[in-house]
Amino acid sequence: MVNAVMTEQQAWQALAAVMDPEVPVLSVCELGIVRDVSADATGVDVVVTPTYSGCPATRVIESSIREALLDAGAAEVRVSTRLAPAWTTDWLSEAAHEKLRAHGIAPPVGDAPVGVQVIRFQPPCPRCGSRRTERLSAFGATACKALHRCVDCREPFEYFKPI
Amino acid sequence: MMTPHVEYVLRIADSSLILGQRLSELCGHGPVLEEDIAITNIALDCIGQARLLLTHAGKLEGAGRDEDQLAFLRNEGEFRNVTLTELPNGDFGRVVLRNFLFSSFLEQLWAGLAASADTELAAIAAKSAKETRYHREHSADWVVRLGDGTDESHGRMAQALSALWPYMAECFAADGVDDAVAASGIGVAWSTLEAGWRQAVGPVLAEATLEPPPDTPFRSRGRCGVHSEHLGHLLAVMQHLQRSHPGARW
Repeated sequence: MVNAVMTEQQAWQALAAVMDPEVPVLSVCELGIVRDVSADATGVDVVVTPTYSGCPATRVIESSIREALLDAGAAEVRVSTRLAPAWTTDWLSEAAHEKLRAHGIAPPVGDAPVGVQVIRFQPPCPRCGSRRTERLSAFGATACKALHRCVDCREPFEYFKPI
Repeated sequence: MMTPHVEYVLRIADSSLILGQRLSELCGHGPVLEEDIAITNIALDCIGQARLLLTHAGKLEGAGRDEDQLAFLRNEGEFRNVTLTELPNGDFGRVVLRNFLFSSFLEQLWAGLAASADTELAAIAAKSAKETRYHREHSADWVVRLGDGTDESHGRMAQALSALWPYMAECFAADGVDDAVAASGIGVAWSTLEAGWRQAVGPVLAEATLEPPPDTPFRSRGRCGVHSEHLGHLLAVMQHLQRSHPGARW
């Protein structure tokens, strides 16, 4: 395979193995941050839409993408950033929701809030499924998550906030 | 001379950066672990927004300055943040009250900038609006909880409100830079955001049983580069490493 030109399909396959460092059950593709991939004889172009402005993982993700594609045989990797449209949890697939749940993180409930509507959530517990849960803190270990607790099984859990 | 366009973007960038730096002072010093983490997360968002805006301002300026040069190598008088953001934190009540007053303003501003003729600025605003909504909700919850809390917490919140409220007037003062960018469709004049801001903060303050003090003629002028005595000290901490070891990287 030496000197073979990497196709877009191969590039997507390589990217499917690049995990988010903070939520290691989701790949960067499942998270929806890889927006576009194009490949030609000179290399691979990847367009990334960052999640939160304050997400410290953004730089790590960029270098992981680069590394994965070079390892898979890309001649050169160019990663660029696209801000608009802004990243939204609406881009998470149903499969991604299921993976989050299995990992003990409640997936976002409903679409991202718009306008000035009040944002109050009561996500069901990802462990026992109970709807009797309460919020402990609006921000969890990362900006994208909040900390909740199940009133029935008493387990604390993280909630992936819709944005 | 900076164009009004650069100046306008810098005002927003610097306000986010300086507020982010202030909030980061609570990292490891929050009153409880959850709030330590929440405030630090908000600080990271503010700094992240500032990075995008500073990078953009540097490109508009066209003098080859990047986000780091703008953040770490400008002197006090070159910063364009509103004075409110550079005031010392004070107690936790004052921290969340400032966040509430200023994120309520930012929410109006981001909404106004979504239609900017500067598409990069519009993109940054649309993205930031989503984050600011969570910052505002977090601080509004605390304003109500502390304002409508014990005698002690209510008293502190009332004191914080009378100290911080006058600094918000700067955000809504008539201004030449604003007029210029509004005329060219690049920005929204901040003075036009006051009515929406008052509508947004009023009900929360009422629920918190807090009453704003009467308006006064006092106008801070941080966004014109005239700062309080506090900014220099903040910059000394923030810029120390790059000033002592120019170009240091890790």
